[in-house]
Amino acid sequence: MPRARRGAPVPQRRVGRRPAGELIALADDDPGALGALTRAHHDEWARVVASLARRTGDLDVAEDSAAEAFAVAAERWPREGVPANPGGWLMTTATRKAVDRLRRESRREAKHEAAHMLRDETPHAPTGPVADDRLRLVFTCCHPALSPEARVALTLRLLGGLTVAEIARAFLVPETTTARRITRAKAKIRAAHIPFRVPTDTDVDDRLAAVLAVVYLVFNEGYLAGQGAALDRPDLADEAVRLGRLLRELLPDDGEVAGLLGLMLLTQARRPARTSATGQLVTLGEQDRSRWDRTLLAEGHALVDERVRVVAAGGPRPGRYQLQAAVAAVHTSAARAQDTDWRAVLALYDALARLDPSPVVLLNRAVAVSEAEGAAAGLAEVERLLAAHPVLDGYHALHVTRAELCCAGSVDRRTPGVRTTGRCP
Amino acid sequence: MPRYLLSVFTPADAGDLGPYPSQDAMSESLADTGVFTARLERDGYLVMADGLEPPSTATTVDGRGERPALTDGPYLETKEHLGGFWVVEAPDLDVALELAADGSKACRGPVEVRPFRSAESVAALLGS
Repeated sequence: MPRARRGAPVPQRRVGRRPAGELIALADDDPGALGALTRAHHDEWARVVASLARRTGDLDVAEDSAAEAFAVAAERWPREGVPANPGGWLMTTATRKAVDRLRRESRREAKHEAAHMLRDETPHAPTGPVADDRLRLVFTCCHPALSPEARVALTLRLLGGLTVAEIARAFLVPETTTARRITRAKAKIRAAHIPFRVPTDTDVDDRLAAVLAVVYLVFNEGYLAGQGAALDRPDLADEAVRLGRLLRELLPDDGEVAGLLGLMLLTQARRPARTSATGQLVTLGEQDRSRWDRTLLAEGHALVDERVRVVAAGGPRPGRYQLQAAVAAVHTSAARAQDTDWRAVLALYDALARLDPSPVVLLNRAVAVSEAEGAAAGLAEVERLLAAHPVLDGYHALHVTRAELCCAGSVDRRTPGVRTTGRCP
Repeated sequence: MPRYLLSVFTPADAGDLGPYPSQDAMSESLADTGVFTARLERDGYLVMADGLEPPSTATTVDGRGERPALTDGPYLETKEHLGGFWVVEAPDLDVALELAADGSKACRGPVEVRPFRSAESVAALLGS
């Protein structure tokens, strides 16, 4: 286990969302201080952990010291008032805790050096294209030498400040498994000397793809499963959007970062209309569009527009997230389902299929074909797909689509209630 | 500086030519591997490197009992076995992984990168 655990007892070792929530219940006589605390946890957690991780080179020290600082804040702010600069206060307190911890834990040379580094307030030299500790931490958590599961868990833990219990619940994994994954990943980062750095320009694309995949996975876990017993999952989608905003802030010129954020915002915007009063999933074609979130839509459309302009001006070709965001933008631009510009959707799926000819993409493309050119053309496309990929025979979505297209063939496909866009709730 | 073991794996059922399709391909790979090792040395990464005789030449010794027990052959029955290795010193895992990628290309086999224990990690393990 990490050495950190042998230190003096920490009153509130894990100040994640949940402990903060419990504290709100304990002292609701001063909602101002606790609101400030929740907000600070939201805004400053990643910054504090990331800064300490860089300066100590030790994720456990960083995390535990940050948790201690938030615990102290939870105790003091309601009594003494919220400091003028909550972020600065938390950083100073966490730094002091880290110095104490390093001193207490070990007399070893390296630890002493780290303790000394923590007192050095001079700004550090940038070690990558963008110098932000949080970005460095994102790339460390999503290092390709870690397992994909570990990347997700670490990112949510260290950047999102989610508790182990929350991460475990979100991914329906036992808490012990999640805890072990995080511990092992941290041990590997330490033992194998995975660097805290932003990759150089030459390999940023590869590494960034891993980062975006993690964020999108978190989002999908939160969004697609947002029904039934797993009530906490919308939080996870919000968390992914927050991570997406953070990446956008850190890498404002990256098209795929903008694309992913746009895609998530445009998907998220439809959430209020996604379930009926009885909790049933409502497909895109049947959703009450007046219930879509206008603010999120505007933000998502702005991102897509920005990328369209960049590409039109000769910028790099759009990647998968930009194309998917553009599809979502076409859908959400239509006032009514029947006004959807399916030709535009089809063109985007053509581009997506060239980039990623996976069965899922091809199936979605077949749906676009049926909407743009009629059910018969769509059905022919599905049959062709099935002939080329026999493995798809076991894929239920294909059979659903096929059945729907067979039905639609004999019905006017513009009749309300004919569901041909099943995959796009 | 952290030290890493880069181990090269080779199919155990390969014949005299190992994983290579022909004698020429084998000579070519050996030459490439030699160039790679020379580069590691020139750039100051190399601690040591060598290749191993096939696992059929191995003997396993278990000295835990009263008298050492000897067994002909490798300890593990595996489909792939260790064929050779480099020991390098690199500033961090990213550098080690880059070196491993070039080494893998040269020797035509997958390469496992594993950090050596450091004085610090041993001390942490012993709780000192």
